[in-house]
Amino acid sequence: MITRKRKHIEPLYDVVIAGGGPAGLAAALGAREKGAEKILIVDREAEAGGILWQCIHSGFGLHHFKEELTGPEYAQRYLEQVLEKDIHVLTDTFVADIDRDKRLKLMTGQDGIQVIEAKSMIMAMGARERTRGAIRIPGGRPAGVMTAGLAQKLVNMHGLLPGRKVAILGSGDIGLIMARRLTLEGVEVMGVFEIMPHANGLSRNVVQCLHDFDIPLHLSTTVAQIHGRDRVEMVSVAPVDENFQPIREKAWDVECDTLLLSIGLIPENELSRQLNLRMDPVTGGPIVTSGMETSMDGVFAGGNVVHIHDLVDFVSQESLLAGRGAGEYVTGDHPPVDNIRLSPGENVAYCVPHTISTDRPHTVYFRVRKPLEKCSIRFGDVLEKKLSYVFPAEMVTLKVQPKFLQKFHGDALSVDVVPRD
Amino acid sequence: MQYDVSIIGGGVIGCAIARELARFRLRVILLEKECEVGFGTSKSNSGIIHAGHHSSTGMLKGNLEWVGNQKWDTLCEQLGFGFERIGELTIAFTEDQRKTLSHLLKQGGEKGVPGLEIWEPERIRAEEPALTHDILAALYAPTAGVVNPYEACFALIESARQNGVEIAVDFPVESLSRDDDGWIVRGPNREIASRFVINAAGIFADRVAEMAGVGTFRIHPRKGEEYLLDKRLKGLVKKIIFPVPTPTSKGILVIPTFDGTLMVGPTAVETEDREDITTSLAGSDEVFASVQNVVPGISERDCIAEFAGLRAVADGDDFIIGTTPARGFINVAGIQSPGLTAAPAIAEMVADILADEGLRLDEDDQFDPAIPLPVRFATLPVQEQIRLAREDKRYGHIVCRCEHVSEKETVDSIHRGAHTLDGIKFRTRAGMGRCQGGFCTWRCMELLAQELDVPITDITKRGGGSWVAIPREDGGGS
Repeated sequence: MITRKRKHIEPLYDVVIAGGGPAGLAAALGAREKGAEKILIVDREAEAGGILWQCIHSGFGLHHFKEELTGPEYAQRYLEQVLEKDIHVLTDTFVADIDRDKRLKLMTGQDGIQVIEAKSMIMAMGARERTRGAIRIPGGRPAGVMTAGLAQKLVNMHGLLPGRKVAILGSGDIGLIMARRLTLEGVEVMGVFEIMPHANGLSRNVVQCLHDFDIPLHLSTTVAQIHGRDRVEMVSVAPVDENFQPIREKAWDVECDTLLLSIGLIPENELSRQLNLRMDPVTGGPIVTSGMETSMDGVFAGGNVVHIHDLVDFVSQESLLAGRGAGEYVTGDHPPVDNIRLSPGENVAYCVPHTISTDRPHTVYFRVRKPLEKCSIRFGDVLEKKLSYVFPAEMVTLKVQPKFLQKFHGDALSVDVVPRD
Repeated sequence: MQYDVSIIGGGVIGCAIARELARFRLRVILLEKECEVGFGTSKSNSGIIHAGHHSSTGMLKGNLEWVGNQKWDTLCEQLGFGFERIGELTIAFTEDQRKTLSHLLKQGGEKGVPGLEIWEPERIRAEEPALTHDILAALYAPTAGVVNPYEACFALIESARQNGVEIAVDFPVESLSRDDDGWIVRGPNREIASRFVINAAGIFADRVAEMAGVGTFRIHPRKGEEYLLDKRLKGLVKKIIFPVPTPTSKGILVIPTFDGTLMVGPTAVETEDREDITTSLAGSDEVFASVQNVVPGISERDCIAEFAGLRAVADGDDFIIGTTPARGFINVAGIQSPGLTAAPAIAEMVADILADEGLRLDEDDQFDPAIPLPVRFATLPVQEQIRLAREDKRYGHIVCRCEHVSEKETVDSIHRGAHTLDGIKFRTRAGMGRCQGGFCTWRCMELLAQELDVPITDITKRGGGSWVAIPREDGGGS
């Protein structure tokens, strides 16, 4: 049990972090490491830790801690470090407004409305789930259509069930995890329906959450109609054609009282938009340097706010960099500026960070557009790495050393994933 | 005990009538089949207060449209719901359509609708740069406005209730009978005696008329689908944009709602099923294809929610308002567009009819036209926010992060009548934003359970069988 004495909110901080999930916690540690003194994490929930608290399954921390943890265990490890380092964690508080003078208006449950200033800010707001409206499923508007994350909260945080018979649209990781979780709770899971020809979650989740429980995964299939007036009574599902349109003649009905949606995450960038940060239309997040600095001086970003991650370990890793960047910014200890722009090439949807520099090692994250077996990552003409397969659902990470980058003479380096001949 | 008047139907028409009758020393009850007022057609209304020139004076609805239009400012002042006269443009792409604009201009002029102007392309581009450059001309009408129709219902009924009108929800009328004293209206477990019955049953008005033995008309539900767009597009279009109307519909519109988000729709498709509020692929394709011709910058990718409602269209396409051969049974039926606009005028007309039929309308000098205005915390200046949050900590506690709704506002909405998730949503906007309740649903459920002192598994989306969560097999549950 961590005890924590209440601290007063100060008018000025070195670093203010919007969001106390895994990104915000790691960022705070990075800022402290680089010498920032007054650090504030703002989180709207009663506890910092973000979505990890409701992710009671294991599989977290394999990369970072080299052991398998549950979500709450992972959160706890970070939270303890943060509190040991005397970082102010202000929970039950919402950043209502933010401006380019780095002033933040906070709505706090305990201290009312507070306006504070920051020398540096870190965007760590995470992501939200895509909803029904985003994909416009035809049909009625009954109760019982909800995101997989909300269902996870009902089950794991509040001991309730979202329904008795559940269909799941989308094979994102939360949907897969919930298929298993609900089955274990005695709920009948009628199937997972995925519009793409491949699953959208991690392969390990497809195996451990669906195959092991005999839950059918219907690929290239979508929900074509929701039936029910007060509560979901049935959904019609149908295979899709090459334009992802349901083939209605081949539709069949699935009886259920609940439809869970696991159709993707959207970076939560309301605050970034208030600051008018330059955004990448592919990731939905701000454009960042190798030090995770956004287009605005002294404003950093990390985690799902920048691009959607599959694994929390990488959220922590990336956000630690954002925190270090913010720490260096306030102590005036800037690293050299980036001198190479990364340009997504063949079968690459995006790269993060958007720029890197030749003087230090970097980890580059990217996603492919299409699955490919036996392929190579080409990093301009300076580096080639062989991979046995790539999937859009699994983020690719590539560590690149200065010795390769120094061979590159140009300003835009293309990242391609190509078949190996 | 006998009421003077029972009103069947708690849509905007029933609510407006209830509020109008609340001025007089009468015993009035309103009967609503859903669990809250405004949960039928009114909730899905486009929310437009029409400028006044659309319908011809040859029809009842044509006259009531303009009379009703002029009453909304006072209502808004007294009741504090969202209403603003943002103006509208009816746009013409062809010379033929331009002629229709001239006709509408003349029609409006004859009714006395002020400020109508034909705009040429240059003016259109200056005022509404997001519109396509293919527009030949537009008719500008400054008297058009937007209102949050559900807020209007809630505010009208709150005012009516405050002035003594009774409300019975979950009261679907099952039968009607008449004796010497008046009418008996029967619901599932209660019956109401009243001298007069007002049939404001919307989509079901023909069935209620049949129960009274005067089934002389039929309602032909005409479905409209609407698509709500992300806040990102706020301000892209500033006025309501109408295509040139066709005989069955005012067409697919672009509507900057009172809250600033854009809404596009509605479609107009006849349906037999009176419960059919489904949206369709065809509807969405029609709406977005049509809207993109007008505002190329709008894309279906920006859609955050969709919904549908049924217009209560009667034979003959006009409103049916008046007495019937069944003494004391008064129809207010077939109230399709511009029914919302006309609602305050319809309410006054109904009071006049009741007076003509021998009901004494004695003004009640206790009548208070105003209700306490709800606090919209997010819209207040920061100093005011600081002051309020000092007085009540619940103002500092966020419930809906998309629309910035505080716990205090949510709790207030419950005390003012919300007892479902939709009830909170339509009063406070909690759950209406881009995450569509992903974040606030649980908080709203907790607050409902706490304030209404019911188990959390009793909370529904909108009453009836719309439950949200059930206990675990092992009886768990917080």
